[in-house]
Amino acid sequence: MGRGSRQRFDVLVIGGGPAGVTAAARAAECDVRVAIVDDNLSLGGQIWRRATDGSMPDSVRWTERLRAAKVTELCGLRVFHQPQVGILLAEGVDDIHELRYDKLIMATGARERFLPFPGWTLPNVMGAGGLQAMVKSGLPVHGKRVVVAGTGPLLLAVAAYLREHGAELLRICDQASRSSLARFGVALLRQPGKMVQGLRLKKALAGVPFATNSWPVAAQGEQVLESVTISREGTSETIACDYLACGFHLVPATELPSLLGCEIENGYVRVDDFQRTTLPEVFCAGEPTGIGGIELALVEGQIAGLAAGGRADEARSLFGERKKRRAFAQALDRAFQLRTELQRLASPETIVCRCEDVPYSRLSQCSSWRAAKLQTRCGMGPCQGRVCGPATQFLFNWNPDSVRPPIFPVRLESFAVTAGVSEPVYQEVTGGHG
Amino acid sequence: MSDATYDIAIVGAGIVGAACADEFARRGLRVVVVDRDTVGSGATAAGMGHIVVMDDSEAQFALTRYSQHLWQELRRELPDDVEYDQCGTIWVASDEEEMTEVRRKHDHYRERGVATQALDAATLRNFEPNLRPGMAGGLLVPEDGVLYPPCAARFLLERAQQHGVQVRLGCSVAHLGQGRIALNGGPEIRAEFIVNAAGTGSPGLTSGLEIKKRKGHLVITDRYPGFLRHQLVELGYLKSAHSVSSDSVAFNVQPRRTGQVLIGSSRQYGAEHKGVDHAMLVWMLRRAQEYMPGLRAMSTVRSWTGFRAATPDKLPLIGPWSADKSLFLATGHEGLGITTSLGTARILVDQVTGAKPEIPIEPYLPSRVSREHAHV
Amino acid sequence: MSNLLTVTVNGVAVEVASQATVAVAVVLAGQACRTSVSGQPRGPVCGMGICFECRVIIDGKPHCRSCQILCEPGMEVRTDG
Repeated sequence: MGRGSRQRFDVLVIGGGPAGVTAAARAAECDVRVAIVDDNLSLGGQIWRRATDGSMPDSVRWTERLRAAKVTELCGLRVFHQPQVGILLAEGVDDIHELRYDKLIMATGARERFLPFPGWTLPNVMGAGGLQAMVKSGLPVHGKRVVVAGTGPLLLAVAAYLREHGAELLRICDQASRSSLARFGVALLRQPGKMVQGLRLKKALAGVPFATNSWPVAAQGEQVLESVTISREGTSETIACDYLACGFHLVPATELPSLLGCEIENGYVRVDDFQRTTLPEVFCAGEPTGIGGIELALVEGQIAGLAAGGRADEARSLFGERKKRRAFAQALDRAFQLRTELQRLASPETIVCRCEDVPYSRLSQCSSWRAAKLQTRCGMGPCQGRVCGPATQFLFNWNPDSVRPPIFPVRLESFAVTAGVSEPVYQEVTGGHG
Repeated sequence: MSDATYDIAIVGAGIVGAACADEFARRGLRVVVVDRDTVGSGATAAGMGHIVVMDDSEAQFALTRYSQHLWQELRRELPDDVEYDQCGTIWVASDEEEMTEVRRKHDHYRERGVATQALDAATLRNFEPNLRPGMAGGLLVPEDGVLYPPCAARFLLERAQQHGVQVRLGCSVAHLGQGRIALNGGPEIRAEFIVNAAGTGSPGLTSGLEIKKRKGHLVITDRYPGFLRHQLVELGYLKSAHSVSSDSVAFNVQPRRTGQVLIGSSRQYGAEHKGVDHAMLVWMLRRAQEYMPGLRAMSTVRSWTGFRAATPDKLPLIGPWSADKSLFLATGHEGLGITTSLGTARILVDQVTGAKPEIPIEPYLPSRVSREHAHV
Repeated sequence: MSNLLTVTVNGVAVEVASQATVAVAVVLAGQACRTSVSGQPRGPVCGMGICFECRVIIDGKPHCRSCQILCEPGMEVRTDG
């Protein structure tokens, strides 16, 4: 098999963010063998990335519990294929791991939604979470002029973070309306702890111009971003800046659940009260079941971990809290609906599929995601539709089709691993082939 | 007389249906094309898009050679996104036994006017440095090429549309026959003649067709320009394609114009499921790695499967179906649909219009099958 | 106080904090990570390994997602532009 390992666990958790860490800790506390897998170099996922500065006490607490419960941590591994039910293949830098499980908990999180507009492909135009991740990974932003745009609660959190790290925040623009955000603010107040968070953010961002009903219409620059034009209630303004942190809320990462054959409903993984998917022994917790933020992920992860670990009653005791947190998820959804003006930002030449450089004009002639894929290669590049999929879904109302292995690009030799296959087993995939 | 709306109704907007539509249109007939999905969404989307001369039989050779000429004539008109590339095929010989086959093939092609060049080990290494050392040699067929099938099918269909051909996509056929096509949830289509070009879907529309699904796997890499210059096929490919019953893999890689490497090939009978069969995939990829060790570390972006429409004698069905005077077939092309699409269209349209075909058509007539049945 | 280390980006030495990713080094060097298929300069977008815009060549190996790879002293990073 080459360099790597073959390991078996009672419960295998995929994804090291809040949902995954709590699930793994809780499952391991049920006295079963648990492993947690993440493709980043350490646990934390996105929101808990490198959370060593005390700003995320939940992260510290749960990671300590995970370690005390002797969960096996498998970081730097990317799960890409299920060759057989009960076995996942994960690739490392130069090795490959065959991971067998009795029960699987998928906590694969979410990613930002990116929408195309002229100039969005210029270097230094990044996601909001994207720029934050870069800063957490060592990018200095001291003295850099930043515009934060798009939509979603992430914008404010990112803006505050960047400001704390010395960035000059020129503007925060959310495409949501003032009334949507006001209603969201009210919903926030109903959530324990959120009011404090909200006030903290307000203080951190004092003096930074914040605009609702506002979105980027174009980014300018020769080789790199130099300025961005923001529209606001009919007028537009061009602002010189070094970074544009722009993301339009979050979409769930459902590639692994789809590959396995879990039922996906309206883009989210369908789960029962115990976070169990439509596949026996397979659970899902956190953003893939519905974008709901960190507190919901924490409780869903715990329910999944306890259920997988065989402690249904303890899991049940958390249903009340989950219900409360789900209300927040619904408020999130309502507040940050995308307005239709955003569908018209792209000009005919604007690239929509970044991997294959397919412009809007070519895609607008296609009748479906599948036709676009076949005719233009949109979605067939390395990102396999992770960026252009949500964008085209919003722009053209297309539905993406089936997921194929590998769900991340891997070395050919990793794909060609025998993985203890005794007889071929198929995963049910919907949609056409090709 | 006929009150048909159309002269011809074609079921299937894959490469074969599109080529037929284009050919009918050029001869001035009123045509409609129906497909349950989008253009080229079946085997046309899944396959390797090669244009190769194959000599598994004289009949196969005749049709592939004829078609290849037609592609060469057409190439100047093909738009950029069809990515036509006359990169040539090299049949790779891994040992002396296979070199004997190389020499036989070389002579065989020479006699029939196909340009070929026998390559010794050193020359082969020069042409394709990423093949593992120790290959015995190969046979270069410089007139072979590759293209990107979904765009080729679209091009042909669009050209047909410019001549007035109607295209109805997203329309599935409930049943057809006697000059009528009943659509699911749609109006009936009437035509003087119907062409069943539905690939693996054709037996579902015309009972008695002996066409089986032959599953294949493919994998594509990220961009590695210059890694591969020609389409490479192992000589064992013919054995794999020839076999009527067993599962097999054969080394077959193709350079795409994007610089991606397309890796095949596998064949399975009786595998109805669209999912990737890991055991077959491993088998196929290991074979590819054996021939080109450099593939090991390359980033693979996607895998998929497709179903070839396979007939018992490995030749397509092109011609009238005796049980229905209005029905013609253009299906059963197995792994040669892209190559033979243009030739198929010509000889099919010749038969419908009563023109003289440019190659003998007997080997492809559907009646050859019926005749065999009569004997049983 | 974090340690610093040096990598080269297109032959030019770049000093980064230890635990910085290769993507950070490329951005600090003022370079685009890659050139798109139609010739546009591209840099990191998602910061989490899903957009593939941060792909660079590290020590001769192409298609490395630099936002998920830590810098190591002496690493040779090349962008294809």
